[in-house]
Amino acid sequence: MAKIKYIEFSGKEHVVEVKTGMSVMEGAVKNLIPGIDADCGGACACATCHVYVDKAWLEKLEPMQEMEKTMLDFAEGLESNSRLSCQIKVSDALDGLVVRTPKSQH
Amino acid sequence: MSESVVIVGAGQAAAQTVASLRAEGFAGAITVIGDEPYLPYQRPPLSKAYLAGELALDRLFIKPREFYDDAKCTLILDTTVTRIDRELHRVETHDNRSIAYDALVLATGSRVRHLTTNGEDLPGVRYLRGIADVEAMQSYLKPGVKLVIIGAGYIGLEVAAVAKKRGLTVTVLEMAPRVMARTVSEQLSAFYEAEHRKAGVVIHTGTRVDKIGVVDGTSFVVETSAGRVPADIVIAGVGILPNMELAEAAGLKVANGIVVDEFTRTSDPKIYAVGDCADLPCAHSVTNRARLESVQNAIDQAKHAAAAICGKPKPYTEVPWFWSDQYDLKLQIAGLSGPQDQLVLRGDPAARSFAVFRLRAAAIVAVEAVNAAPEYMMGRRLIAARAKVAPERLADRAVPMKEMGG
Ligand SMILES: Cc1cc2nc3c(=O)[nH]c(=O)nc-3n(C[C@H](O)[C@H](O)[C@H](O)COP(=O)(O)OP(=O)(O)OC[C@H]3O[C@@H](n4cnc5c(N)ncnc54)[C@H](O)[C@@H]3O)c2cc1C
Repeated sequence: MAKIKYIEFSGKEHVVEVKTGMSVMEGAVKNLIPGIDADCGGACACATCHVYVDKAWLEKLEPMQEMEKTMLDFAEGLESNSRLSCQIKVSDALDGLVVRTPKSQH
Repeated sequence: MSESVVIVGAGQAAAQTVASLRAEGFAGAITVIGDEPYLPYQRPPLSKAYLAGELALDRLFIKPREFYDDAKCTLILDTTVTRIDRELHRVETHDNRSIAYDALVLATGSRVRHLTTNGEDLPGVRYLRGIADVEAMQSYLKPGVKLVIIGAGYIGLEVAAVAKKRGLTVTVLEMAPRVMARTVSEQLSAFYEAEHRKAGVVIHTGTRVDKIGVVDGTSFVVETSAGRVPADIVIAGVGILPNMELAEAAGLKVANGIVVDEFTRTSDPKIYAVGDCADLPCAHSVTNRARLESVQNAIDQAKHAAAAICGKPKPYTEVPWFWSDQYDLKLQIAGLSGPQDQLVLRGDPAARSFAVFRLRAAAIVAVEAVNAAPEYMMGRRLIAARAKVAPERLADRAVPMKEMGG
């Protein structure tokens, strides 16, 4: 279980508890947080669950797999802290994680 | 503007229609009527992670129940719509309820095609379309069980991959000369066939199933043009049929699905059709029309229907896309193939990362990418732009995909 803070492009914040084993994307969908569409449902096939991870958290995440890296490379508004939220698995270690959603997904 | 929208079917397209109607500012009543007992759910995992037992049921749901409550959407599940009354603008259900609409969205999806001989279902054959189908298969997914799969399309091959991982003995029977023949190039077919064989799956292409003999109620013998294959369980994935009978009975125009225009409107201006059940105009298809069986189409058509209902119609021009997961291979496809396409291979199949581009009149019209996200992602853009790229350049992996534009 981890408390995750999602910040919408507008600045609106949502803090929710997400179960271990779920993805950061699923945490958003389950809690009705706008800005994370996840059309493909987490198959790493659509790049519509793009988030910016708070810099302090970046290296605490599991490193990206090749597929995520290359999908992101073509996402709108790519930054050095971009991730696909469907590929970030939630664990206790992520308690306090902060992610922001990009403008293009609103 | 419409006061109340009724959506028939509670699947991928229905869930998106609800979300998009509210996002577009629709303030009226929304009612979703679906014949399955579940909240709208994703089907792709049914032949992938969910079949493999790696996903709990509640993770299939597209949105949690609170979403529908928040959206003030009335969900009527386990209920079949049996008739549309176009004069009174009402739908009727199997339990004699009658619900009025100002706008009606048909999101009835599709159903599996059954294997028959002389009009009779072949005995013992199971199909995979819904949660209930997977539940009924779970007890067979254990080492040593003999599984025969009829049809080497996406679903058949995904099931083969999952079953192999779970230790079953797997035989795939396909009538066509190659696997996934309807949708991908020969190069991909050959590659996937080899991957499945490597994993230990027996594949017979060019093989006709004649008969299924029931041995003792729990085991079967599949009689084929290539011989007899014993089976504990037989699963067929031989295509789907659009659920269009409701529309047809109401006098709506149907062909290869419920006929819609580029705004997802049927021949009745108050009625829309979206998702697997729709026969839509599609500039990406060589025939200029298509019926698309994909999450992308369900989502995008739903968005267009919602926009049209809210008085903001925009024509549907989206590039079709699709994916399939088999073993550690991610297949991503964009665009639609045609029989005369020029094929350009980029990358090396032996390296298990490559793509086949399809060109028509020199423009890129489709891409089939295996573990090759740049080719797929850039391919989508190039297809949308109808870009022309010289085949030699496209084939040259020394030129990054990002530099292929313009
Ligand atoms: C096993 C499997 C794997 C798949 N994998 C992929 C994949 O990897 N990628 C991809 O893009 N697509 C995949 N698809 C296809 C994708 O799931 C469909 O294209 C998508 O679900 C279509 O959405 P829909 O809303 O049109 O139909 P559905 O999701 O089928 O929903 C239609 C619903 O309407 C109900 N209904 C029909 N008639 C009535 C009626 N008269 N009254 C009430 N309810 C009714 C149906 O029972 C159903 O519940 C897969 C499909 C299956 C079955």
